[in-house]
Amino acid sequence: MEDFLYFFTFQDPSITWVVLGIALLGIGSAYVGTFSFLDKKALLGDAISHAVLPGICLGFVLAGEKDPRYIVAGAFLSGALATFLSSWLKQNTKLSEDSIIASILSVFFGVGIVALTAIQKSGNPEVAGLNSFIFGNAIGIAEADLFLYGGLSLAILLVLSLFLKEFRLMVFDPGFGKAIGFPMKSIRFVFNVLLILAVVIGIQAIGVVLMAALLITPGAAARFWTDRLQPLLLLAAFFSILSGILGTYISFVLPQMPTGPWVVVFLSLIALLSFIFSPKSGLIRRFLARRRYLHKTHRDHLMKALFKAKEAHRELLTLEEIRALYPFHKKEIEYSLQALSKQGLVIQDAQGVRLSPQGTSNAMRIVRLHRLWEVYLNEFMNIAPDHVHESAEQMEHLLTPELEALLEQRLNYPALDPHQETIPRESHDT
Amino acid sequence: MTLDTNALLIILTGALIAISCGFLGVFLLLRKMSMTGDAISHAVLPGIVIGFFVSGSQRSLEVIIGAGLLGILSTLMIDALRKKAKVQLDASIGITFTLLFAIGIILINLFAYKVDLDQECVLYGEIAYLPIDLWITPSGLNLGPRITWLAGLNFFLVTGFIYLLFKELSLTSFDEHFSSAIGIPAKGVNMALMSMVSYTTVSSFESVGAILVVALLVVPPSTAYLWTKSLIPLLRLTAALGILIAILGYYLAYWIDSSIAGMMVTVAGVLFIGSALIKGNWPLGHRGTSHSSPAFDS
Repeated sequence: MEDFLYFFTFQDPSITWVVLGIALLGIGSAYVGTFSFLDKKALLGDAISHAVLPGICLGFVLAGEKDPRYIVAGAFLSGALATFLSSWLKQNTKLSEDSIIASILSVFFGVGIVALTAIQKSGNPEVAGLNSFIFGNAIGIAEADLFLYGGLSLAILLVLSLFLKEFRLMVFDPGFGKAIGFPMKSIRFVFNVLLILAVVIGIQAIGVVLMAALLITPGAAARFWTDRLQPLLLLAAFFSILSGILGTYISFVLPQMPTGPWVVVFLSLIALLSFIFSPKSGLIRRFLARRRYLHKTHRDHLMKALFKAKEAHRELLTLEEIRALYPFHKKEIEYSLQALSKQGLVIQDAQGVRLSPQGTSNAMRIVRLHRLWEVYLNEFMNIAPDHVHESAEQMEHLLTPELEALLEQRLNYPALDPHQETIPRESHDT
Repeated sequence: MTLDTNALLIILTGALIAISCGFLGVFLLLRKMSMTGDAISHAVLPGIVIGFFVSGSQRSLEVIIGAGLLGILSTLMIDALRKKAKVQLDASIGITFTLLFAIGIILINLFAYKVDLDQECVLYGEIAYLPIDLWITPSGLNLGPRITWLAGLNFFLVTGFIYLLFKELSLTSFDEHFSSAIGIPAKGVNMALMSMVSYTTVSSFESVGAILVVALLVVPPSTAYLWTKSLIPLLRLTAALGILIAILGYYLAYWIDSSIAGMMVTVAGVLFIGSALIKGNWPLGHRGTSHSSPAFDS
């Protein structure tokens, strides 16, 4: 708890700096990553993040120490080479995109490992810091380096917001963009540069292997909540910052823990929660919607049964008769009858269950829809009368009043359905 | 440049692993599932760590079972994300493997005081220590390096698996609907292939490292695919590339004193890029019109 307060009150200026840095890195990669996620090129970021390893080693060898400028430059160069190679291979060979990405990723990483082992064997004392690039160490970022990374991150954000329209076109409709005269190739080039930059600075905090999560997961999580681009970007950035700060906190409390994996775990947790609770397409929402629909169909079926009894000149059905119609659904029948009596659609007494006037009208409408649809299938689709019932069983719950009116009009108010049963209408309608 | 017993053993082991991975990789490539192979090889890490923690040894059955379960879990998770959560495939792969790999790293750090399994070993492996890690029976009989035996067993199982299920594997790879129509359980074949990939990953992670297994799964088949498209030549060429990679990788690593596994991947990469340069379509030598994009296409 003490640690918690110490960390989150930002008494320690170095913590403030680290959190600020993580936040900037997070926003930068979440923005770029969301675009590449929408562009369905999410794994290119993964390839690039593995591919920067040889460049990091090269920068280290050239500088002779962990100079961030050399490392960023080296990483950028090898990331750019990987991006160029993957697009060249895609255009000029018959390999599929995923084999290309997997090949580039593993080859560059292998070369990086060779370089890293060679450097380690050279005995340079600075080499320990290089390993942190593989899993990331946000706490270990020096204050001076933060200016470079933060500055680059701000630059990414600036370019992305200035050319938001262009990048939006690139993601959603490049063909249209080209047609109205935007230089789509240059736009994609600029975007690739931003992607590589975001990876290069992101790996400081999260490491080479897990960088893909920082690009993909915030966008994927935010996608559960909104369909619009701007809220999507803001939400992705927020998720990214939140998990960045939480991950840094864990690293701060348990110094042997690397930051990267914890950031990824928190990000994935946010994505999981979004998937469960999203009001748009979440698991719970879908479950409830399905249950509501099932209850409605069950109520409709009960009313239909009562109406059909009425057609056979029986005012009511006993509870036993209803149960015999739907064996093994005792609980559901009770629940539906309760709901129907509450709405005043059926009247339940000691003798049995009967439809109220309002209930009769509703039930009549369901039966009418069923039979109208049967007529429609039979006359317009030329489907044999003995094949139309199944489809009508489903459509009777779905047809809207507008569609009903249209059907009536097109079919010219038929009196009988294909099974020679009367299509029931209210007396004032006819 | 010497060819002593140690060098021979290391090359033999490397070649066995490269061929096993390559054979499975050919089928992954044909199914456009190379990235799923990549994801599995990352995702088995927590299984390895948990198996190690439970049994206290890197060589136990628990490790293999743990990794196998995690491999299957990762394919199920990718599938669930794609079908239930409607996340696109590439993002599902990315989310799954990063999460499982992150959990693996966290577990390693959590059990660090109990488990002698450092991140570097899992990542790069060290095939160079193979000659000193011997399999000695309780009666004191020296049977040679343990890892070579493991690689041999893996090679035997992978070739046996492909030999027995050759028809099923090739049919499901080329035409899933047709194969289901004639009664081959495409999902079951897929699961079996994924389990073999997970098992190969675990069995190889000690020697070439979990991440470099990916390279052997993907790069030799992709290289071979640039030269031929028919299945049998593809498998043969992949095997030949595996042997070549093991030999060149060993001697180059010996020469510049670096990681053998890393060097094997580097050699594979050079062969891959070289083949792409030779077989790729150069702008000048445009064959046919297939690459001029239609007027209204992006």
